[in-house]
Amino acid sequence: MSAATIFGLCAAAAVGLGLYGLITNPQPLRKILAFNLLGSGVFLVFGVVARRGAASGFGGDPVPQALVITGIVVAFSATALAVALLLRLFQATGSATLRAEAPPRTGSDATAA
Amino acid sequence: MTTASALEMVLAAVVLGLAVWTIAARDTFAAVAGFIAYGLLLALVWVRLAAVDVALTEAAISGGLGGVLLLGAAARLRSSETLASAERPGGVLRLEVALLSAAVAAAIAAAVLFLPDPVPTLAPAAAANAGATSLGNPVTNVLMAFRAMDTLLEKVVLLLALVGVWSLAPDRFWGGRPGLLHYADPQGVLAFLARLLPPVGIVFGIYILWVSADHPGGAFQGGTVLAAMWLLAMMAGLADAPPVSRRWLRLLLIAGPVVFLIVGLAGLWLWDAFLAYPAGHAKPLILAIEFAMVLTIAVTLGLLLAGAPERSAEP
Repeated sequence: MSAATIFGLCAAAAVGLGLYGLITNPQPLRKILAFNLLGSGVFLVFGVVARRGAASGFGGDPVPQALVITGIVVAFSATALAVALLLRLFQATGSATLRAEAPPRTGSDATAA
Repeated sequence: MTTASALEMVLAAVVLGLAVWTIAARDTFAAVAGFIAYGLLLALVWVRLAAVDVALTEAAISGGLGGVLLLGAAARLRSSETLASAERPGGVLRLEVALLSAAVAAAIAAAVLFLPDPVPTLAPAAAANAGATSLGNPVTNVLMAFRAMDTLLEKVVLLLALVGVWSLAPDRFWGGRPGLLHYADPQGVLAFLARLLPPVGIVFGIYILWVSADHPGGAFQGGTVLAAMWLLAMMAGLADAPPVSRRWLRLLLIAGPVVFLIVGLAGLWLWDAFLAYPAGHAKPLILAIEFAMVLTIAVTLGLLLAGAPERSAEP
């Protein structure tokens, strides 16, 4: 089995693990982590396809590689925004939960926000 | 394609183990630490997949800035952890989700195992057109010329994320300084490193940008290193984060996309296509975009990590 295939199977497992963590873990920060894991698996599949498409003296197809770089940047932007939202939720309500019934607003920030 | 070496087998096994740890660890801090290690080892996987440009990005984001972001969040949310873990779903649901996830993973594994042979590839097209820009790095060629639109929009996404983060500021701190004020022992190790590393880091960041024309690197990777140096100085308490309402800050934030757009619109006007470069002058234009971009990326990433304004503009 080639190295690219081994890493491809790794990528598939990362997507599965990420999906499981995203759904079952109740903590928002753990969901963000799991979602990033899922995303890294998807990117890795791109990398494997790029490696298999090596031609014309390149070690891999540069187009999917460039797409992955763009993808990593966008994923990081989304992660930073998600973390900021979560910290703000924690600041405003004193807890970080995604339950439908919001906990009572406490803390000094509740009146100003 | 040769068979996998022992190193690659071990690497894949450790990466997989860290992925399991990231999901299964009870403590959020431990999970984040596992995810950072996962990101760093994933960078090695990218090197083995002959994608050094991606490896640099992965290491800089997952191991560097992403790690700082997630560790900081884990530390601030620590007190909410025990409360949230009580909401864990029941065993039946978890089993169902496990089956679903396994099915998705199996489908992707099958897709990887039964990739068409030969795989469709754009590498010959990228090689054939490499002369048009006189850049030696095919990935930079794709990012800055063949698919420059993606790169332009990616920078706009970065900016939109920052606007999103800023808009979470409480009304009374609108336009104020982001994040909490950092205190560090002025004689301590952190303050020492924050004095020692930035000169080296700034040179290194610009070097990564400069060599990206012909070797692995790029504006984003370079900008990440510059942002890390700025954050180091902020965390050591040597430099405070600027109030987000500052004019110079806003100008730096839009410099990259604005230069990119001007070059793109000039292409539409002078050379018949949006983001077209004139023959023979592509390289200077791409370098101009990249240098404006690296500053914008460094400032945007630094402020994304600093977070929403939480203090008034006055120190």
